[in-house]
Amino acid sequence: MSLLEAHHLTKSYGEGRFPDDISFVVDDGEILCLLGPSGCGKTTLLRIIAGLEIPDSGKVLFEGHDIRDVPVHRRNFGLMFQDQALFPHQNVFENIAFGLRMQRLPAEEIRERVAEVLHLVGMAGFEKRDVNQLSGGEQQRVALARSLAPRPRLLMLDEPLASLDRTLRERLMNELRTILKGAGVTAIYVTHDQQEAFAIADRVVIMDRGRKVQEGRPEEVYQRPATEFVARFLGLANLLPGRVVEAGPPLAVETALGQLMATDSPALLVGQEVTVLIRPEGARCLETGTPAENPIVGQVQTRSFRGGHYQVTVAAGGASLRFELDVLNGPLPEPGRQVTLCPYRVQVLPAPGPDLAIQAKQNRVLTICAL
Amino acid sequence: MTPKHAGTRKHGGRETRRVLRVSTSPLLRVSLYLIPLAFLGLFYFYPLFSIFRLSLAPEGRPALTALRGLVSTSYYARTLWFTTWQAALSTLLTLLASLPAAYVFARYQFRGKSLLQALTTIPFVLPTIVVATAFTSLLGPKGWANQIPMAVLGLDRPPINLMHSLSIILLAHVFYNYTIILRMVGGFWANLNPQLEAAARMLGASPWRAFREVTLPLLRPALTAAALLVFLFDFTSFGVILILGGPRYATLEVEIYRQAVNLFNLPVAAALSLLQIGCTFGLMVTYTRLQQRITVPLQLRPRRITARQPRTRRERWLVGINVAVMILLLVVPLLSLAERSLSAGQQGYSLAYYRELSVNRQSSIFFVPPLLAVRNSLLFAGATVGLALTLGLISAWLLARQRGWLGRLLDPVFMLPLGTSAVTLGFGYIIALAKPPLNLRTSPALVPLAHTLVALPFVVRSLLPVIRGIHPHLREAARVLGASSWRVWREVDLPIVGRALLVGAVFAFTVSLGEFGATVFVARPQMPTMPVVIYRFLGQPGAINYGQALAMSTLLMIVCTVGFLAIERFRYGEIGEF
Repeated sequence: MSLLEAHHLTKSYGEGRFPDDISFVVDDGEILCLLGPSGCGKTTLLRIIAGLEIPDSGKVLFEGHDIRDVPVHRRNFGLMFQDQALFPHQNVFENIAFGLRMQRLPAEEIRERVAEVLHLVGMAGFEKRDVNQLSGGEQQRVALARSLAPRPRLLMLDEPLASLDRTLRERLMNELRTILKGAGVTAIYVTHDQQEAFAIADRVVIMDRGRKVQEGRPEEVYQRPATEFVARFLGLANLLPGRVVEAGPPLAVETALGQLMATDSPALLVGQEVTVLIRPEGARCLETGTPAENPIVGQVQTRSFRGGHYQVTVAAGGASLRFELDVLNGPLPEPGRQVTLCPYRVQVLPAPGPDLAIQAKQNRVLTICAL
Repeated sequence: MTPKHAGTRKHGGRETRRVLRVSTSPLLRVSLYLIPLAFLGLFYFYPLFSIFRLSLAPEGRPALTALRGLVSTSYYARTLWFTTWQAALSTLLTLLASLPAAYVFARYQFRGKSLLQALTTIPFVLPTIVVATAFTSLLGPKGWANQIPMAVLGLDRPPINLMHSLSIILLAHVFYNYTIILRMVGGFWANLNPQLEAAARMLGASPWRAFREVTLPLLRPALTAAALLVFLFDFTSFGVILILGGPRYATLEVEIYRQAVNLFNLPVAAALSLLQIGCTFGLMVTYTRLQQRITVPLQLRPRRITARQPRTRRERWLVGINVAVMILLLVVPLLSLAERSLSAGQQGYSLAYYRELSVNRQSSIFFVPPLLAVRNSLLFAGATVGLALTLGLISAWLLARQRGWLGRLLDPVFMLPLGTSAVTLGFGYIIALAKPPLNLRTSPALVPLAHTLVALPFVVRSLLPVIRGIHPHLREAARVLGASSWRVWREVDLPIVGRALLVGAVFAFTVSLGEFGATVFVARPQMPTMPVVIYRFLGQPGAINYGQALAMSTLLMIVCTVGFLAIERFRYGEIGEF
């Protein structure tokens, strides 16, 4: 049985509903990540589960029981705020001991537990420090220690790394999963950063304007985005409209770049409008005349060195496509030159209907805002 | 499900939400509101209403005799005119003296700056009576300002005779309000991005042009608000004019006091109070409007970036001269007060004047041993602290929770006493609370009540930003960690507010110790406070009386200074400023 079940949670804000009819489950010991652009209702979901907000409809079951009538302070859930919300009038020890004192644990036990969680977050010996004097990363660790100390049955983290600078964020990102798994805690993690979500989560739920659009393991979601929104949100921007000409397999799609063969083939009919996603990673640059599947001929616009790979934009079929070329692999195209590329994979996403197209445009705006 | 049923369920949901947010029952909240509102109603609005009634209907029926009295002779018009132009002139002089210092404090970093900043604020927190005494001690015939030139130049008569002149009034006003300009304008200036002026210079503006076209327009809201506040304080000046101006000069405040106490012409005093209330309220409203304008978001910079060491000789001179003026103007009068309180007779320093405080040399029935006045003052101050903190905590907590129209309406209501002159208040008390239904004339409670009213805005202003500033996430974090709503208040709200509470307490304490305008009306003759006793000493002839006034003023100065330094130490950063 799942530890927590969210059923059809909905809450209205002004015009829209954020979240809008969201359901998901969290299994014991799992780290679930709610991923989506700012303002899509992720934080509200957390606050509903914590009991800080009341949903307009829907219910939350914990171990199979509706927790609607359980007040916030009796749920024994942990919540780590984006701005940490450390008590400024208490030192590190007092902050972490707060939840333990609320459980009326004996002083000796509190001391041991505080030392234990401080050790867990890599800040052993910081008990006496003033929280206002700590660096951003240290405050984050103390906030995490404070939420972990009372052994919450469920830990929720609301964009915990958003306020940190990039290098620190990347370091803590890797550590956070280790710490959470080490503590064996069940967690719901909210973020708008796909890298963070992928690094930390066992499973992600992708949300768009209050609605759930896709759910799955990080690898699954990245390899098979379900919609154009998800693809764009994950940074996969090589999207072209097309029409199915052969139902396959293999599936053949007519696009501005000519006929492309798609690797995965969902059940589609000939003549159906679709969106084609050309994967940026793993593309190869070909000598002219080499026969290949799905050759893309275009003019190199820009080329920039990114360490592990070169990022190349190519103007082809009236669109600007982005590829990541391996540093060690094949000849390097010069900007301005004609080039033939062989993409690693071409995928087909169901094309948006007329009103979905407008949505897609809005999604793009939202995504840009979020990034 | 029937529609009715659905309705109740929806209602139930909303109910739960409200309980979560506020977690106090409506009944409790209403009764909490009633406490500070009842206090304001009884001890602020009721006395003011009595003044209105007395001036508009002196014998119980509407009659304009008292108001007509004001316009029948040109005397009161002249008083109003004098009040206005001396306030305007004082404000102008204060600006001239203090703006260069504001610039120096904003843009330069030098040794002793923070000490100097604290020192310059001391005059502002001193009771008027102490300031007046300090100026008589410095500029009187036996003061340093006369004794030093006499000794150096061999004169046989004091060269400076400023007592009971306009100059000494203006000087005292500048002394008093210097720090308002320095703090408000200088503080704002310090956070202005110097890059803006640099950008104007790069675009071809001369230094003066850059100041006039970039810095000055940005400073204007702070400058106007500060100037208006100084004007308000000068306009309602009482102790300074009464003691330093002598019988020749009278502001509205002094005139109210004379009409009520010396001439016992209550209807005229009431009519004058009405005039005074009208003027101060107009000024207060303008001031609050401007205060809101100050909070227009600007690209402000932390001070440590905008201030630097003076480098050129010219810059060092600029800093040096300003520091010298500050010390001469603000520190010397206080030093002179302390020095002269210790120099009884001709032979060196002694504590003779202080010892005199416990001796009763007079046989007047109104005479009260000065030490008793110290005890009275401390008792009243203690009562004021308790009362003002209780009321202030409730008021600030309610104001912080109330964000709708009620909050917008109540916030200025709690600030109203700040805009009402103390003399008007005291006068209102003796005409309203000295007869049934509420006869407190014989009760010593009147003094702490008046003091609480004066102190309440300061206490609320110290607490409100801190309570408002507690991020809701802190309370929510505590709740999620298992604290009940009462526990949240005890563990989060109260400790964070603790320091602000201390600041409010010290404010209330010093306000009570120094309050003069209202106390001189409401204190019972046999239970005077320290300022009242100092005033009595100053009114009596003889070196011993004057010496005792000096000694007691010095004591009061020390207590207020220590209190002020405590406030500076305890408050969080810059919050709670006016």
